[in-house]
Amino acid sequence: MEGFCNKMKMEFLADSSNEGFARVAVGAFVAGLDPTVDELADIKTAVSEAVTNCIIHGYEQKEGNIWIQCSILGRVVEISVTDTGKGIKDIALAREPLFTTKPELERSGMGFAFMESFMDEVEVVSEPWKGTCVTMRKAIGGNADLQGQNHG
Amino acid sequence: MEYRFEKEYGCLILRMPEELDHHQAEIFKEEADSLILKYPVHSLIFDFADTQFMDSSGIGMIIGRCKNVRFSGGYVKAVNLCGQLERIFRLSGLKKIIEVE
Repeated sequence: MEGFCNKMKMEFLADSSNEGFARVAVGAFVAGLDPTVDELADIKTAVSEAVTNCIIHGYEQKEGNIWIQCSILGRVVEISVTDTGKGIKDIALAREPLFTTKPELERSGMGFAFMESFMDEVEVVSEPWKGTCVTMRKAIGGNADLQGQNHG
Repeated sequence: MEYRFEKEYGCLILRMPEELDHHQAEIFKEEADSLILKYPVHSLIFDFADTQFMDSSGIGMIIGRCKNVRFSGGYVKAVNLCGQLERIFRLSGLKKIIEVE
């Protein structure tokens, strides 16, 4: 299992109806690692936050595409969510809890804070009017019983 | 959306959707607001019995409805949270803002 390696890539329309699809697809891909219910919920929430950011902020609810790349190396899942939208001017500020540029849409400003608390690592690369790429990593079941998996 | 209005208490009980993300929150928000306008709502109860998933969009939506109801002196409560939602409520600080049962 240590050397286990897998990869997937998907592209979909930046429409809010695809938020559920995106997190469920990533969840299904990660399921091969036999995550706990909490780990799976963490990943799905983080993906949902990243995809919602692309739709609301990156494309401001106008047309665009979102790409998700997901890879598994050993027990570590790496998920990149990319848009070619308007980008983030000040990444440090955007990552601050409760900061939002869209209070009128009742945004809580907790998107990045959730990604950070649910994943082990979050990297943000963004360039105004070129787009944003959020890469998140999480180790699944540090001391999971590998024997047990074979019985499932 | 499933809901119940208890006249004698002015209490509106809203059954939350299975997955409360940005997409669902937008749909829910509209329906909830039209109910809050329609009835003399004094208190609002969000019933999460069916909800398996919620992200930060759900938090924004709940805080927004709290503001609307509290403006007229009402109170807000969330009931039947599953484990995942409990964590979201705790992490976001929402637990300090509204009563959870």
